[in-house]
Amino acid sequence: MDTAIACEGLRKTYSNGVKALDGVSFAVKPGEIFGLLGPNGAGKSTTVRILATLTRPDGGTASVAGGDVIGDPAAVRLRIGYVAQASGVDKWATGRENLALQARLMRVPPAAIADRVRSLLERVALADAADRIVKTYSGGMKRRLDLAMGLCNEPAVLFLDEPTTGLDPETRAALWRDLERLRKERNLAVLLTTHYLEEADRLCDRLAIVDHGKVVAAGTPGELKAQVGAGATLDDVYLAHTGKHIQAAGPSVIGGEAE
Amino acid sequence: MNTFLSDTWHLLLRHVRTTIRIPIWIAITLIQPVIWLTLYGQLFRRVVEIPGFGAGSYIQFLTPGVVVMTALFGSAWSGMGIIEDLTEGVMDRLLATPVSRIAILSARVLHAALTVAVQSIIILLFGLLLGARIPGGVAGCVAILWVSSLLGAGMSALSNGLALVTRREETLIAVINFFGLPLTFLSTAFMASELMPPWIRTLARANPVDWAVNAARDAMLGLHWAEVARAGAMLLAFAVGSVLAATQAFKAYRRAS
Ligand SMILES: Nc1ncnc2c1ncn2[C@@H]1O[C@H](COP(=O)(O)OP(=O)(O)OP(=O)(O)O)[C@@H](O)[C@H]1O
Ligand SMILES: [Mg+2]
Repeated sequence: MDTAIACEGLRKTYSNGVKALDGVSFAVKPGEIFGLLGPNGAGKSTTVRILATLTRPDGGTASVAGGDVIGDPAAVRLRIGYVAQASGVDKWATGRENLALQARLMRVPPAAIADRVRSLLERVALADAADRIVKTYSGGMKRRLDLAMGLCNEPAVLFLDEPTTGLDPETRAALWRDLERLRKERNLAVLLTTHYLEEADRLCDRLAIVDHGKVVAAGTPGELKAQVGAGATLDDVYLAHTGKHIQAAGPSVIGGEAE
Repeated sequence: MNTFLSDTWHLLLRHVRTTIRIPIWIAITLIQPVIWLTLYGQLFRRVVEIPGFGAGSYIQFLTPGVVVMTALFGSAWSGMGIIEDLTEGVMDRLLATPVSRIAILSARVLHAALTVAVQSIIILLFGLLLGARIPGGVAGCVAILWVSSLLGAGMSALSNGLALVTRREETLIAVINFFGLPLTFLSTAFMASELMPPWIRTLARANPVDWAVNAARDAMLGLHWAEVARAGAMLLAFAVGSVLAATQAFKAYRRAS
């Protein structure tokens, strides 16, 4: 499998008449962290939801982890992890119970569930809080649990919709390290959406800038900057393509760039 | 089929766990029927003296009525849970897994039926304490649980279906407020059918709540078993029909999202 995600001409108009996607195409390779960047309402979440089999496109084709998103969604679901913009964990269950149910629904063999859950809890540093109900978790703890939920089935492709919005810099850096390790260890492909300049610049191998339901630019952060001109920043690239500045870039996580 | 049963079971466990972790919810579901029995039992105590009412003691008459009223109101709120899942992203998270789609609904419907069964037992015990008797014996009790949980299952399916179509708590609250009391009073929950105006008696015949009340009352007294069986079958049909309607609502929901 040399492409983890391939989509071609995705179009989607919601039943209320909003045209969310107007021909979106891009491809992501295994082991690649791919970022979708774009203003509010650009169609990032819609793209992710289509690829995660939650929404049917009106047109176009998409394959994820070797399965056809439209023709065989059931096969795709077994091989993906999906972490939505809204959390999606059960706040009345403990972290461990959430993961155990998710693993069960993801068809992890029953005998392997307890061990899988234990190692996921350790990976996201929630072992100590594992048996507390999620209602008592902090925002960062919840987001880490979300990530663990998305990894329950050891997916080939992970979708993360704004994974670090609202996280403090340390938690965000920890999540980046996790993703980089997973990519290295298991050749995981990650499609994430973000509003953070630094996340796009440092974490993502390649980016697509989406605006009004179209991919208006795509490439590595370096390529995108070079197209705009010598010394251009990613914000200049974003401005050139969307006419807007990237929103709140968030506090610096890696290195010494004070914002 | 196997994954359907297993998914239903594990999602049912989730709902049961949630229920027992919200103490205020348990308190209300236990105390409310007790209040109804004592309050209405006292308030309407003397209606049995109206000529033609038929029953000997009002608490005897009222206990099955409160069982069924609790089944109706308890399960009518069932859709609130699914709306919470929609707004918190739990539904999307579930739908991105291979989970059986029908299990998502059937777990909620079973949970409502189970809750109703537990509440019914508590109300029957409390009714006994207040002086009601169950000449129908164990068979009568089983029949009461059967009709009350089927009514609960059907109402919860309708509530979940409505929740999936409208996706708004406000709508659900409005509909329950609009239909809840009429459904109760267009039945023999509080008033013997002999004393009802004829048009209400006619309307009541089309009301699943009325089927359940009459069957529960007969079963409690150990009378008219054939009619109890017929009501049991009609309530089963009502529950199945409601679940089918909810399945269609779920399909519509997934198409629209
Ligand atoms: N379920 C829906 N029904 C109707 N319209 C929708 C629905 N979901 C999204 N939209 C609309 O589709 C467009 C694209 O939305 P989408 O959520 O994909 O944007 P986004 O790029 O993720 O934005 P954000 O950065 O704010 O998360 C927006 O105009 C939005 O209002
Ligand atoms: Mg979004």
